[in-house]
Amino acid sequence: MIPLTRRRGLAAGLVAATAVGLTACGSADQQVAGEPEAPAEPVSLTMTVWTANEDQLAMFQQIADAYVTAHPDLVADVSFEAIPFEDYTTSLTTRLAGGNPPDLAWILESYAPEFVQSGALVDVAPTLQAAEGYDYDDLVESSLSLWEQDGGLFAYPFSNSPFAMFVNTDQIEAAGQPSPAELVASESWTYDAAREIATAAAAESGKQGLVVRDFEYQVWENLSTVWEGWDAAPWSEDGTQCTFTDPEMVAAMSWIHEATFVDGALPGPGTTADFFAGDAAMTITQISRASALDDSFAWDLLPLPAGPEGRQNVIGQAGIGVFAQGANPEVAADFLAWFTNPENAEQLATYFPPPRESLLTAEVLGAANPLLSEEQLQAVVVEGIQDAVTKPAHPRFARLQETVRIGLDDLWSAGADVESVLAEVCASIDPILAD
Amino acid sequence: MSTPLATAAPGQRTTRRPGAATRRDWLVGYTMIAPQVLGAVAFVLVPLVTVAWYSLHEWNVLANTFVFAGVDNYDRMLADPGLRDSLMASLYFSIGLVLLNVSLALLLAVLLNQKLPGTTTFRTFFFSPVVASLVAWTIVWSFLLQDDGGINGFLATLGIQGPNWLRGEGTAMLAVIVVQVFKNVGLNMILFLAALQSVPEEIQEAARIDGAGAWRRFRSITLPLISPTILLVSILTIVGSLEVFAQIAVLTGGGPGNSTTVLVYYLYQQAFRFNEFGYASAVSVLLFVIVLVLTLIQWQTRKRWVFDEV
Repeated sequence: MIPLTRRRGLAAGLVAATAVGLTACGSADQQVAGEPEAPAEPVSLTMTVWTANEDQLAMFQQIADAYVTAHPDLVADVSFEAIPFEDYTTSLTTRLAGGNPPDLAWILESYAPEFVQSGALVDVAPTLQAAEGYDYDDLVESSLSLWEQDGGLFAYPFSNSPFAMFVNTDQIEAAGQPSPAELVASESWTYDAAREIATAAAAESGKQGLVVRDFEYQVWENLSTVWEGWDAAPWSEDGTQCTFTDPEMVAAMSWIHEATFVDGALPGPGTTADFFAGDAAMTITQISRASALDDSFAWDLLPLPAGPEGRQNVIGQAGIGVFAQGANPEVAADFLAWFTNPENAEQLATYFPPPRESLLTAEVLGAANPLLSEEQLQAVVVEGIQDAVTKPAHPRFARLQETVRIGLDDLWSAGADVESVLAEVCASIDPILAD
Repeated sequence: MSTPLATAAPGQRTTRRPGAATRRDWLVGYTMIAPQVLGAVAFVLVPLVTVAWYSLHEWNVLANTFVFAGVDNYDRMLADPGLRDSLMASLYFSIGLVLLNVSLALLLAVLLNQKLPGTTTFRTFFFSPVVASLVAWTIVWSFLLQDDGGINGFLATLGIQGPNWLRGEGTAMLAVIVVQVFKNVGLNMILFLAALQSVPEEIQEAARIDGAGAWRRFRSITLPLISPTILLVSILTIVGSLEVFAQIAVLTGGGPGNSTTVLVYYLYQQAFRFNEFGYASAVSVLLFVIVLVLTLIQWQTRKRWVFDEV
């Protein structure tokens, strides 16, 4: 009995220790990827991604195989390692902690400042600018800003997917509600109008009204797609001041609270509803989800509605970065230049709207998205990327995400006092923002 | 080890030099325990020392910095309200789990120790969750416990509006405890059953003749005789309760608020979400000390309440 007990006790105390390995000492100095010199023998490159879509992975592999063929002296093979989205950033940092980073990795926009400022990534701008035929100036400047620091570019934003509103026109018609497309045409497509339609549709169908996809009362940053219409933000642009108590945010959160707990327009906590399975009348999500649609109901795709402060385009970005700790950062940066050159970016546009001015046209995107009409693509994607903002990001995003999530849990009940809950949220994140 | 000496052929020396025999025994003995010792050193001792070493450092994996910080991480623990909350959550979870699990396991074992038809079926029924995958078990329960899930659906048929189990401050921890109790109560039940069946029938018989009732026999004979098993089950359940992680990650994610952020989940967040590996190592040292102290206390106090040691 003694050995069993002691061993279990020891095991309990070592939850973290077993998953981590030794790491070399280093510094946070930024590094620049230089010209790749031919290594003694061709190297293997790994890129971590969060898609498990076989068609997408096959396309990546095809682009990579062409690079291997063109540069047999540099690279022996390139592999793409899929990590589930929910655990992606955690798994990535665990690999870094274990001294086993991938050469390249997809990085989610919310964590961009943390990765960019940490010194974990190399500056790829010189490599991309020097690559033959890359046409660096074609990149949309606004899409790069999140990934830039001190004139360097620390990841390439390969995906710029706008948030938009999918609507189930069958459910909306059945509830006798006006067509959202007509509201867009008459410039009266507002959040208030969407809320009325969602309330009526939910009451008629017995299902849900408007679902902010993936929010689920945990991923609160997805609500930014709504509160941007109020010109609200969780913290100041420089990331040092909490702005949850600003009048814009209080108004936006009050609107969300009432829509949920008074009107029943949004599903309450603990209720799951999948728009694409026909469980809801509307959903706010990225257009890349269009592939989940089939013919089981009639649908339409519309831009985000306008709030009291007008309409604000919101995009979800993903970047590809090259790790300084990787074995061959120069070769990896060279591969990134190949992977995202104009020809390959056009291929990737099938799934990921690229940050290239020349490719952001309804024709190019239409060839890749047969489910969407050119009008939809023009209104939602091409125009949606112009002047778009990204979801909230911060150098200490993970800790802020969790702290705000804990604070906002008090908001998600019918009797909550919005203003006082938001004041509590600010009180809890002020020390993190000030740090 | 002495067998070869006893079967030595006639005419040969019947004993070897004691030194050689001892050396050989020593070699054979250590060779046999070597895999276990090496395993314990590699997977217990080395990580234990390493995590203690990490706990004295500021370690940011993104910036790739590993800087000696002395006892800063331990100082920080003293002033960390999140850690205090997680200790309280762990305490709540452990007390709830041990009380519910041990008493329910004992009750089931006593009931299923009767010689009645169908007891084997019931034993199998209660034991089967033990062999089910923990994550699969928890995911199924997460569907059942949703606001519009199976349990509230069932309650609605009885005209009762069930609470939002996993989202209520008061109900979330209770839900996690109950899910964990149902998962493991079968194992403790089997341990208690084995103990109950080893209680000599003649002692019970003698007490019955002396006029002792069922409750008196249970309190004065059965309980003392199975007290070693109660000790074992208590230690295993308490240590197990401090290790709970997957259930929290799947069911509540530590919420609502931080009401179900138990110590291991808190440790996980610090290391793998906030990249504070040094601080997380200090928290894991604290967890190790807590488990060690609890186990030692139970072990040292066993003589006061354990009737007969195994």
